[in-house]
Amino acid sequence: MSKEPQYPKRRYGMDHDLYPWSMLETRPIFSWPEGKRIALWINVAIEHFPLDAKGRGFKPQGAMSMPYPDLRHYTLRDYGNRIGIFRILEALSQRGLPASLAVQGEVVERYPALAKRLAATPHEWVAHGWNMDSMHFGGLPEEEERALIERTLMTLRRFAPHPITGWLSPARSQSHATLRLLGEAGIRWCADWVNDEQPYRIAGLINLPLSLELEDRFVILENLHAESEWADQVEDAVEFLIRESRELPHARVLGLSLHAWVIGHAHRIAHLERVLDHLEARSALLWPANPSAIIAHWQAAQEAS
Amino acid sequence: MKADPGLYDYWPWEGRPRIVWPGGARLALWVAPNIEFYELDPPPNPFRKAWPRPHPDVLGYATRDYGNRVGQQRLMRVLDRYGIRASVSLSTAVLIHHPEIIAMGKDRGWEFFSHGIYNTRYVYGMSEEEERAMLAESMALIAEHTGQHCDGYLAPALSHSEVTIDLFAELGGLYTCDLFHDDQPTPVKTRSGARFVSIPYSLELNDTIVYVVQKVEPRRYARMIKDAFDRLYREGERSGTVLCIPLHPYQVSHPHRLAALEEALDYICGHEGVWKATGREIAKYYLEHYYDQALAAIAEENAA
Repeated sequence: MSKEPQYPKRRYGMDHDLYPWSMLETRPIFSWPEGKRIALWINVAIEHFPLDAKGRGFKPQGAMSMPYPDLRHYTLRDYGNRIGIFRILEALSQRGLPASLAVQGEVVERYPALAKRLAATPHEWVAHGWNMDSMHFGGLPEEEERALIERTLMTLRRFAPHPITGWLSPARSQSHATLRLLGEAGIRWCADWVNDEQPYRIAGLINLPLSLELEDRFVILENLHAESEWADQVEDAVEFLIRESRELPHARVLGLSLHAWVIGHAHRIAHLERVLDHLEARSALLWPANPSAIIAHWQAAQEAS
Repeated sequence: MKADPGLYDYWPWEGRPRIVWPGGARLALWVAPNIEFYELDPPPNPFRKAWPRPHPDVLGYATRDYGNRVGQQRLMRVLDRYGIRASVSLSTAVLIHHPEIIAMGKDRGWEFFSHGIYNTRYVYGMSEEEERAMLAESMALIAEHTGQHCDGYLAPALSHSEVTIDLFAELGGLYTCDLFHDDQPTPVKTRSGARFVSIPYSLELNDTIVYVVQKVEPRRYARMIKDAFDRLYREGERSGTVLCIPLHPYQVSHPHRLAALEEALDYICGHEGVWKATGREIAKYYLEHYYDQALAAIAEENAA
């Protein structure tokens, strides 16, 4: 009798068809503007954590964790939208560094006064889902997910200063349908997959990697490293990439992921300022850019090669 | 269940009206030791266990009892040295269990406010009547044993209900320490419409959060407080800020940890323009001078 193969996807390359297998250092060489090899992408997540978190799919780190009503975590997260974000924006503008703002739909719906101020910055808006209790996950019915994406984009469009083309899922979680649904909704690129240091094509979109391992939330709140240690790690990453770029010609992206509710606290912001000072000091070797500019340059380079 | 506690409106940090603290100070410092009593054998709460081990959790109990037996006096010496009058977040059963500690605090002009009856009695599962009775009893105990009106509240073990803050405002309280959304006092909306405020309690600098939850080393704790101070002191020039140092003598007063607090206080108290206040003094000053201005500014911000 015939038997189902035990390892049906055991084959050369990937075990899915979302993107082909590719090693970074075997790809065609290109460079960023002015021959630079390191693009710097700073992304600031602006998130809302509802008090009545249901945790469908899963509860992300930072969600309510005490018995209801968890005023403690609700207000600590809300602090980011009231205060933390303004410290970060000021630190960026003092150094003239571009960034993107990953904004959740419910944030602008709840806080038009914040949306107005975010829209007045030079930073690019990225859609960041509805809120931190609206996960995209395997098991979420497709129609619900489609509606979630639509609602997010419709709401953000009312406030965004430009058409939104990028997407960062809450807690970077996707279902099997997310990429397709994003494409159908007019999104051109996402930042959920952390598997590269260059943009690449994925299921009709482009993925722009945004390091998780260097993220403020991950290093400080999950790994429990000191704020100064986080800053050390970012500086070490910059210096390593600079050294590497002297020996290897490959263009790379350094994605720095920040959260208003994490690094915007009074006792943390000085460490971000130190990091930004370091990045500014190294700007001759870096290309600080917003994500759409990075993608556009990459696409042009792909077409040229 | 509510998606939003409905206690305050959005108010961006940017562009707020200026606050100036007494004497032209730009930062109000208040130090809030939690003087607590944890029961050896509390009744079970269906929503939260008091102790991780089967009762008696000797290790957990003794860890906390150390604060009252050893930590209090050690901490008092430090606060005395810097001329700081503490604002005590009090498990009000301590008034009866350990009156000696209360007497020492009274001698120093300390403020006492309610932190419930015991830190092993959570609000979870209480009816509104039961919670009101607990709050009223804790306030009455403070009045009876210290002669002070209880103006502030920090819920026991940060356990809340949907009406916790409404109830405290109705019972005559002036300020809550349970909201961590801001670095300035803010008006709080309660169902009675009372003039009532949130005073920042800086939970991220709370020694228990720092040492137990975040697993921070003592020297980094000093650095965190100094970093927070530097930022709030700078921003306080624009509009006065509040820095709270929440403490637990059972955490901070250990021989390997107390020098870190001293280092931070030494640094802070070496600056001009720091108002060494109590929670009550900050609340009253704000209510008198800035509360109405804040209401107007918040309404304007959210009107557009």
